[in-house]
Amino acid sequence: MPESTRKIHVNPDKCQGHNRCKALAPELFELDEFGNAREVGDGTVPRGLEKKAALARANCPEFAVELAGEDRR
Amino acid sequence: MTDAHSTSSRPPVRDWANDWDHLDPRWQADPYAIWDELRASCPVAHTDRFLGAYLPTRYADVKAIAYDTAHFSSRRVIVREHRPEQASPAPPITSDPPRHKALKQVLLPPFTPDEIARIEPKARRICNQLIDDFIADGGCDAAQRYSRHIPVRVIAAMLGVPEEDGDLYIRWIHEILELGITDDDLLWKAVGEMTAYFSAEIDKRRGAPRYDLITRVMEARIDGEPIRDDLALGMLRLLLIAGIDTTWSAIGASLWHLARTPSDAQRLITEPELMPTAIEEFLRAYAPVTMAREVMEDTEVNGCPFKAGQMVLLSFPAANRDPAMFARADEVLIDRKINPHAAFGLGIHRCVGSNLARMEMTVAIEEWLRRIPEFRPDPGLPITWSEGTVRGPRSLPLIFAAA
Ligand code: HEM
Ligand code: SF4
Repeated sequence: MPESTRKIHVNPDKCQGHNRCKALAPELFELDEFGNAREVGDGTVPRGLEKKAALARANCPEFAVELAGEDRR
Repeated sequence: MTDAHSTSSRPPVRDWANDWDHLDPRWQADPYAIWDELRASCPVAHTDRFLGAYLPTRYADVKAIAYDTAHFSSRRVIVREHRPEQASPAPPITSDPPRHKALKQVLLPPFTPDEIARIEPKARRICNQLIDDFIADGGCDAAQRYSRHIPVRVIAAMLGVPEEDGDLYIRWIHEILELGITDDDLLWKAVGEMTAYFSAEIDKRRGAPRYDLITRVMEARIDGEPIRDDLALGMLRLLLIAGIDTTWSAIGASLWHLARTPSDAQRLITEPELMPTAIEEFLRAYAPVTMAREVMEDTEVNGCPFKAGQMVLLSFPAANRDPAMFARADEVLIDRKINPHAAFGLGIHRCVGSNLARMEMTVAIEEWLRRIPEFRPDPGLPITWSEGTVRGPRSLPLIFAAA
């Protein structure tokens, strides 16, 4: 199995602070004082949290969560 | 019936694509079927009523309009019978860029998830006090005796005004959001009363600041300047209006669903970890809030023309039922995993109170299920729904085993 390094990134121009990402994957997102999200650290998704990252992306109403480095099929 | 004067005198709608009317009794009874028909036949409907207004029902169109703040202004956010002669700005909901952002940022910090979590124990207490009052009766009107009071008491505490004035707040909101669509005098009377009320509250805090939202708005500075008096008063009116009917409706619709679907109620009791997806699904399927925009300049959205000066009814609830966006859109699935719904709006006007509303809904449903696990609609009494801009049950007679 190839080593997959997935990274998430919150696009700050799109994020409106719906907070769905933080509710679904609290390990991966943090909020500023206005409730807008950014990725924790450099956005690397630790092993075991890939599913949560994908859920956070799929539930963001503004499509602000970007996910890079998914396994190629 | 207090609402009858606005609906009974209206010509019935025969052609929803060219003559829609959200005050029509059919819309009040079941808007979902109307939106489904329109989405399939005429996705941007029009009416000459209300001095001309459009009704998009596809998710993609609602989103495009919400994002295009240059052509679609928020300076009027309610479709009314008459064009108001005076403006009554209520920032940030009636603000457009570039001024919107700074005004909104005044309000956001007390509404983050961490801040809202601090109020949760109080919300739980309120729910239990309300249940204590009717649980021995074996039944109650859950809209009047339960869901209605939770948001009023919570927002009153946050604003720093007396909970006991709750009936007054509910009357103002009814006059502004429902009766005020057709009755201008009542609308301006209610706005005037609210403004006087908050002016008096501001005066009480001069030189004696408190830890509440009223003080926060008074003390806010944008580019070093205080917020102009009329805007500050509009902001306070908005905080009261925006949080009450909406959350009342969302809690009521969720209880209504669970009363009619006991298998979902039982599932939430045995699988409480489903609560977050259930709440998001109730928000999607029974989204209570429809706002509006004013067309500023002739334009097109996905090929459909919009004419300057007309209004757009921006139905987030219809967008949430679009099968192009949501699989099995007409079904309520409390374990729905992918649900990027638009119940709190899309784009820059995302609901300031969304974390608060979610917390109140969660606590209200959890405490109800804990104390009253089995309940159903009272077959002998009618369920009634609001009309206009915010949709939810206004009487919801339920029966259960007395405790
Ligand atoms: C389930 C309950 C609620 C729903 C469904 C809801 C829905 C909405 C929607 C759809 C908008 C966007 C309006 C637009 O695009 O024109 C909005 C805005 C707003 N809501 Fe809520 N709301 C709820 C509860 C609350 C609560 C509890 C508050 C607290 C005070 C609140 C305060 C606001 C404010 C201040 C805005 C204006 C935001 C802006 O213009 O930037 N809402 N809400
Ligand atoms: S869900 Fe999307 S819009 Fe909401 S805070 Fe997360 S990234 Fe921002």
